[in-house]
This record gives sequence, C-alpha cells and structure tokens, in this order.
Amino acid sequence: MFKILFDRDTWQEIFGSIQKNKLRTAVTVIGVLWGIFIYITLSGASKGLDNGFERQFEEVAINSLFVWAQRTSIPYDGFRTGRNMQLKLDDQNYLMQRVPQLQYVAPRIARGVFGGNGSSVKRGGKSGDYAVYGDFPILVKIAAKDIFDGGRFINQADIDNQRKVCVIGERTQMELFEKSEDPIGNYVQMDDMFFQVIGVHKFSGGGGFESDSDIFIPFTTFKKLYNTGDNVDWFAMAAYDDADVVAVEKDIKAALKVKHRVHPDDERAFGSFNLGEVFNRVKGFSSGMNILSVVVGIATILAGVIGIGNILLISVRERTKELGIRRALGATPKEVRMQILIESVFLTLIAGILGIILGAFVLAIINIMTSDNSSLPYTNPTVPIKFILGALGLMVGLGTLIGLIPAQRAVSIKPIDALKEE
Amino acid sequence: MGRSTLHVLKGISFDVQQGEMVAIMGSSGSGKSTLLNILGMLDVADSGSYTLDKEPIKNLDETKAAIYRNKFLGFVFQSFNLISYKTALENVMLPLYYQKIGRKDRQERAQKFLEKVGLGPWATHHPNELSGGQKQRVAIARALVSEPKVLLADEPTGALDSKTSYELMDVLQTINDTGITLLIVTHEKDIANMCKRIVHLRDGVIVEDKKIKQVRANSYVK
Repeated sequence: MFKILFDRDTWQEIFGSIQKNKLRTAVTVIGVLWGIFIYITLSGASKGLDNGFERQFEEVAINSLFVWAQRTSIPYDGFRTGRNMQLKLDDQNYLMQRVPQLQYVAPRIARGVFGGNGSSVKRGGKSGDYAVYGDFPILVKIAAKDIFDGGRFINQADIDNQRKVCVIGERTQMELFEKSEDPIGNYVQMDDMFFQVIGVHKFSGGGGFESDSDIFIPFTTFKKLYNTGDNVDWFAMAAYDDADVVAVEKDIKAALKVKHRVHPDDERAFGSFNLGEVFNRVKGFSSGMNILSVVVGIATILAGVIGIGNILLISVRERTKELGIRRALGATPKEVRMQILIESVFLTLIAGILGIILGAFVLAIINIMTSDNSSLPYTNPTVPIKFILGALGLMVGLGTLIGLIPAQRAVSIKPIDALKEE
Repeated sequence: MGRSTLHVLKGISFDVQQGEMVAIMGSSGSGKSTLLNILGMLDVADSGSYTLDKEPIKNLDETKAAIYRNKFLGFVFQSFNLISYKTALENVMLPLYYQKIGRKDRQERAQKFLEKVGLGPWATHHPNELSGGQKQRVAIARALVSEPKVLLADEPTGALDSKTSYELMDVLQTINDTGITLLIVTHEKDIANMCKRIVHLRDGVIVEDKKIKQVRANSYVK
C-alpha cells in the first residue's frame, strides 16, 4: 500500500484523472474546503471569545467576591426587624480567621459611588465632583490597578501615617491637569484639604462600578477626613484558586451573621456579589461555544466529505468506460479501487489544507480588525494545532470511508459491461 | 446489462495454433463477440474448458483474469477505447503501468510500438487529434506493447472506411508475420479474406471452419 502511495506513477494517474474534469474537482474541493473553513473560523472565533473573556477578567481575581451590609428582615436576639447593618474594620480579621479559604480581604469605603455626592476636587481654576474611595494596599491583590509609569498605588506607610495622598483616574487627570503637566507630586484640593497625587490609574473594565475618574486615598485618611470611624462600606475578597466560591460566599455570610447577631436564616442582612460565580458562568458559556463549534465544524466537514463521496460516485459512473478499459488492459480490481480511494483522500486532504489556510487567513483579518477594540471580548482567535491535525485526520478517515463506496462501485461493474456501455 | 439469461454459445470447440490469423464471422447475434470475450477473459463460459498456451484457464476471479489479460492478451475494439485525456504515448504505456514496469522503460517501449504502427510523430497527440485509422493504430500499439501471445480484435475495422481498413489490416498482417496469434471478429468478407482461416458462427455453433489463402492487404494499399 505504501509502495503505491510513494509511486510517482500512481500520482500521475491520479492527476491525470483529476485534471480531466477540472470543474468536478473544483466543486468537490469547495465542498470540503467550506466545511473545514467553517470549523476553523468558528472554533477560532470561540477561542477568541474565550480569550476575550479571560482578558476582561484578568484585572480582577477570578474568584473574587464582594459583601456589603443591608437591613435585617427577621427579628433576632432582641433586635427588631429592619435594623440597618454596618460592617466594621475588625470584620476583616474575623473573616480571615473564620473562613480559611479566603486569601485576601480588603475593606473599602467610598463616597459618591452608591448615590450621594462625591467629593468636590479643585485645582487652580478647575474643579469637579469625583467618587472617592478609602482603600488598603491589599486591594490590588483582588482587583489589580494599572498605574501609569512614574506613579504608585497606596502603600502601608500611607495607611500608617494617614498621609494625604491620592491616586487619580485618567479622566481626573485630563480634567484637572494640562496635557503637558505631570500630575505626580502635584497637589489637588479635596473638600478643602490638600492631597498629593502619587499615581494615575488606567481604567480597567472588569471592576464593575468603578470608572476612569475615581480617586483612591488611604483608608485611614478617608476615615479621619470624613469621620467614618471603623465603618466599612464593603469588603472585596479573593478566595484561594482551588476554593469553591459559592461555598466560601455562604461561609462568609454565616460568619458575619454570627458576629453581627443576625438570624441565621436572614438572607437580606448582607448583600453579596460573587464574581467567581459569574466568571464560572461565562466560562461555561464559552466552553459551550467551543463544543458548539466542534459539533458544527464536524457536521460541516462530514457534509463536505459526503459531497466528495457523492461526486466521486458520479465520476465513477462517468468513467465506467475508462475503468473498463483499464481493467481490460490488466488493472486488477484492487488497483482500480486503490486509485479511486487515493483520489478521494487526496481531494479531501487538498481541500482540507486549503480550507485551513483560508480559515487562518480570515481569523487573521478578524484579529486585525478587533485588536484595537479593547471593550469587545475578543482576543487572539486561534485554533490549537492538535485540533487542526485532528480535523485533518478526521477528514482523511472520512474521505477513506466515503471513498470506499465509489471505489467498490467502480469494480462492481464487470469490465465487459463497462466496455459495452456507449 | 439485463439479468435475464440467454444462451448465446451452444457448444463450440476449436483450436488455434500459434501464429494463426483467424477471422470469426457471423451475422449479429451469432455469438462471435461473446466467443471473443470468453477468449479474452472478459466473460466466463457457463461450462467447458479453455486452455491458453498449455495453461488451463479456470476459476477466474477478477484479479486473476486481470493479470492473465495483462500478460497474455491484447485487445483491439471497434470503438478504439482510448482514454481521451491521455496522449497516444500515454495510452500505449498504460498496460505496462499495470505490469509495474518502470516509467522510462515504459516510455521507450511504447514509443517503439507507436513507431511500429507508423505513429511515431504522433506520440504527444491526444486521441481527439487523431483520425479513426490513427486511433485504431494507437489501440493496436497499446495491445501489442505488453507483448501478448494473442491479439483479440472485435470488429477492428468496423468504424473505418475501406481504404483505412485495408491499411489497418496491413498493419495487423505485419504483426501476424512476427508470430503473434490474431483472432479478428468481423462481418466483412474482404476483411475475413485477409486472414488465414475463417470460422463461421451461426446461432451459437460453428457452421464452417476453413483455412483460406490469405489476401495481402498491401496489394490494395497504394
């Protein structure tokens, strides 16, 4: 069999019969080419979507969650219903102890985020209202902050010394500073207090409600400036990578209920948002897309290969006489069968390779078109090489199987009958 | 291609010696083509025996028949049966391909046989660029290239005018002169007279089998 494959004459025979009917060959090739093209573009696109989601989430710890206080809905332990809950700074250590799956807990406090006014910030003749956050340096472990060159985020010394420093947003910089000015080291006036700018953060989409004009100051400074005591608006938390985020969320709430003396069944006392769960859902969606693309791809390839079988069947009919002549001249049934089979596999393979090239080309174009659009969750659409090889293998396998039908057909007609046909 | 059975040949027995040139004659339906097909192993007889070059031909499956055809037999058909997308030379090379003979060797031998039938300069032409007589000569070259023991021709001149027919018969006679056995199915009296023996069939039986004095075709060819 291998001898036949590597024989130059075999290929000469095959090229001869392929060239004989160029239109037939072209139509056949297009069928499979289309199949593999669809498969490549689809699975590349779904991989691009996958990568895109991954990129959108990369600023935020994948299994992060947020907890805030609400109002109780069940009377408990002598408290009436509808009691306003308030998270406190010491909840941080308490949660770290009670929920060992938690890696980081960052207390946060803010103005001008959930209703209410932000702080009015002035500089020279310019001013604006901006949301202000009181934060700890640990926040960056949960939601990474991209700081432009030359700047930094809040550090522990800022916290310890209650420094009046701030990290401003891209938009804040544009609105308060001239283009030529370097804001780092300069001062802005926030609620009549001067703050030194230590960094400018790049806006990242994944954080939820944050924007490109947010100002971050040390938690302790916030507390002193706005007289908020040990109050915490919400906790941003990250669980260890292997933790089950849904279970962690449950544990956190249970622990908080004990500490704040809330009825264990009270679901309203604390609110939470589980980014990990959302992320898992998105992941599920994109893996669903992957499966879909594989299924659709295989189905289209199958359709294409069946097309090849079909056209070869017609071609065998057309060539009945030629095959009869060949057999009268001494071609054994095995040789005739082999020729048809190799033709089938060869056509499939050529079509497949062309389809892969075309698909890669289209993916490259899509990539160029989407590369500067960072809000679209679509990045680097690729198809793993093993998928491509798998698809090629599948096509060769199917091409062989489907080629068997016309090949068998070609030898089932006796040469004498083949020759009689005029 | 019907499935209904029809007994075409009803008991035929004859021997052909090496170097003979036999015309098989008969009206249409007399079984002459069937006889030729059985001899050519394209068809199988329901009963009886067939010995070719001391070798009994029996229990033929397709593969065996193909090998025998390739080794022992050459075919010439009324409708030439050349492969249209191959050149004259490639057509002649084809039987050698199935003998697994090397390409260069094949080419040389095919060229030699094309020259033998007077078509050396036409080697690279496709069948549709050749006249009927030329096509048939390509077919003869193709039948001869594998150096068969027997050449079977089914109405080789059926599609040709008489002048071309005679030219072709001249070629066939020359071949016969080299010792190759020829069996020619024909219904034309003048063609049959150019052979050395005439076998008459009617309704599946031999009604006449006689040796004749061969008429040389080149006496007609001017």
